[in-house]
Amino acid sequence: MNALGFLLQTIRIAVPYLLAAAGGVMSERIGIIALGLEGLMLSGAFGAALGSYYGGSAWFGLLGAIVAGLLITGILAVATLRFKANQVVVGVAINLLVVGATRFYLRLAFDSASNSPRVPGFGGEGGGMFASFRNPIVYVGLVALPLLAWLLYRTAFGLRVRAVGEKPEAAATLGISVTRIRVQGLMLSGVLAALGGAYLALDQHQFTDGMTAGRGFIALAAVIFGRWEPVRVGIACLLFAAAETLQIQLQGAQLVPSQFVEMIPYVLTIIALAGVVGRSVPPAALGKAE
Amino acid sequence: MSAPITRTQASVRRHLEATLLPPIVALVVAMVVGDVLILSYGQSPSTVYRLLIDGTWGNSYGFGQVIYKATTLSCTGLAFALAARAGLFNVGAEGQLAMGGFAAALAGLALPAGTPALVAIPLCAIAAMMAGAATGALPGVLRARFGASEVIVTIMLNFVVLALLNYIITAHLHVPETLHTPEMQAGTVARFADSFESFHGSAANWTLIASIVATAAVWYFLFRSKGGYELRAVGLQPDAAEYGGVSVSGVILRAMMWSGAIAGLGGINFVQGYKGYYEEGFAAGSGFLGIAVALVGRNHPIGIIFAALLFATLSQGGLAVNALVPKQLVDILQAVVILAVATAVPEVQRQMRVAAAALVRTAAARKAAS
Repeated sequence: MNALGFLLQTIRIAVPYLLAAAGGVMSERIGIIALGLEGLMLSGAFGAALGSYYGGSAWFGLLGAIVAGLLITGILAVATLRFKANQVVVGVAINLLVVGATRFYLRLAFDSASNSPRVPGFGGEGGGMFASFRNPIVYVGLVALPLLAWLLYRTAFGLRVRAVGEKPEAAATLGISVTRIRVQGLMLSGVLAALGGAYLALDQHQFTDGMTAGRGFIALAAVIFGRWEPVRVGIACLLFAAAETLQIQLQGAQLVPSQFVEMIPYVLTIIALAGVVGRSVPPAALGKAE
Repeated sequence: MSAPITRTQASVRRHLEATLLPPIVALVVAMVVGDVLILSYGQSPSTVYRLLIDGTWGNSYGFGQVIYKATTLSCTGLAFALAARAGLFNVGAEGQLAMGGFAAALAGLALPAGTPALVAIPLCAIAAMMAGAATGALPGVLRARFGASEVIVTIMLNFVVLALLNYIITAHLHVPETLHTPEMQAGTVARFADSFESFHGSAANWTLIASIVATAAVWYFLFRSKGGYELRAVGLQPDAAEYGGVSVSGVILRAMMWSGAIAGLGGINFVQGYKGYYEEGFAAGSGFLGIAVALVGRNHPIGIIFAALLFATLSQGGLAVNALVPKQLVDILQAVVILAVATAVPEVQRQMRVAAAALVRTAAARKAAS
C-alpha cells in the first residue's frame, strides 16, 4: 500500500465524517446539541437509496437524501424550537425513530429485514477505489468544512449564527430573528449530515440496516475535539479516518487490536473534554433554546 | 368570596396535572401514530392491539417476558432518573449495564462451584454494581472537576466500554464459536419457570426482587433522606444548594456513581437470572430505552415501574404481532412516545403558566372593579 493509496482510502473514509461533522458544527454553533447526527445520516442514506431506486439514477438519490434530511430536521426543529423539548432527549429519540422507520419501510417495501435491493450509484456498475471518486459528494465533503469556516467567519449570516449561539438575547435586541437563524442553520446542518449518509449508500449501492454504524457519533466527537471550529474539526475527521485506514492496512500484522483503534475518536474526545489539550468551551447558548 | 378548594389542594392538583398529563398525551399521540402505521400495512388497529395484549398480558409466557424486560428497564430507568434529579444526563446506561453484567459473570466464574447461593448471588450483584459505579465515576469526576459535559462523556464512554468488552471477550474469554463467557457455576438465580410450570420458556427470574428493592431504595433515598434532598436541591438550583452548604461536586460525583451502579444492576437479570453467562449485546438498547422509561415515568420511582412495564409490553408485544405487522413498528412507537413526552413536558408547563397568568389577571380585574 503506497502513500497515494493510503491518502485516497483515508479520504473515502473521511467523507461521511466531514459532512456529518460540518452539519454538527452548524447545529451546535446555533445552539442546538447535535446528538441526532447519527439518525440524520441514516435517514440520508435511506433517502438516497430510495431515491436512486425509484428514480433510476444516483442524482435522484441525492434528491431523496436531501428530502429525508429535511424531513427529520423538521421534526427536530419543531420539537426543540417550538416545543422547547430537551435537546438531548430529542436527539436520542430521532436516532431511535430513524432506525425503526427505516427497518419498518424495508419490511413494507422490500420485504427484507436488513437491506434494500441494489441501487444505481455514481461510478457506474464497477466498484473499487476510483469509482468512489466519481461520486460528486466526495468533493462536497472536501469543501464543506472550509466553506463553513468562510461562512461562519466572513459573512453576515455567519456572524448572526455565532451571535445566536453565544448570546441569543443580545442578538434579539439587535433585531436578528433568532428563530429564523436557528431554522436555517438546522436545515443546512440536516442536509449536510444527510449527504454524509447518502455517500455511504450510493458508494455501497444499497441501504443496509444501521449502515452508519456510529459514524454520526464519531462526527460529533470530531466537532467537540475540534472545539467547534470548522478547520480544526476537519483535521480531526481526517485524523480519525487515517487511524481507521491504518488499522485496515495493518489488519494482518495484528499490531494493535482493532477494538482499540475503534476507541480512538471517543477516547480523544474524553481527553479533550477533561481540558488536557486546552480548554474546551462550547458555544455559550448550547442546549438552551428558550 | 369563599374559595371552593384550599390553595394547597389547588397546588397539589396542578402538580399532579403537570406530572401526569405529558405521559398520557404521549400515549394518545403514540396510539394515533400506531393506528396510521398499522393501517398503512393493511391491518386493522383493533385486531393488532388485541393480539398485542393477548401476547403479553394474556398468557404466562408473554407475561413472563414482560416481567423480564421490565426488570432491566426499571434499572436503567432508575439510573437515568437518579442522575436527572441531580441535573445530570447519564446517557451511559448502555455501557454501565454491559460492565455490570460482565462483572457479575466474572464474579460468578471466580467463585468456587459450591458457594452457597445466599453468599454467591449478592456477591455477583455487588460486583455488577461496583463495575457500573466505576463506569459512572469517570463522567462524574470529569463533570465535577472540569465541568465536562457528562452527556458527551457518557456517550463516548459507551463506545469505549463496548469496544473494550468486545476485545476482552473475543480475544480471551469466550467459549469457542460463541460471543459469550463460560457458564458460571455459582451465583445463578432461579427462573420462574423452575417453580411455576406456566412460565415455561420465559426468561423471567427472581432477580426481579433486586430491581424492586432498588426501586424502593431510590424512592426512600430521594424523598425521605437528607442525601436525596441535597441531590434534588442540586438538580433544581445548584447555586442555592451550594449557598446552603451542600458540596455540589460531591453530590454530582456520588449521583453519577450510584446511577452507574443501578444501571450495572440491570445487567444481572440476563447474566445471573437467565443465561448464566455474559453475552455480547445481551441488553442492547435497554440503556437508551431507560431514558424513555425515566421520561415517561417523570423521573419518579413509581412512575418508572409503570413506564418500564409499558415499554416492556410494547417490546414483547412487537414480537407477538410480528405475523401481522413488522415488529419494527414498535421501535417507531417507542421513539414517538419519547418525542411526545419530551415535547409535552415543557408545553404542559407553558400552558399551565399561561392559564395561571390569565387567572391572576381576571382576579385582579375583579378586585379593581369591586
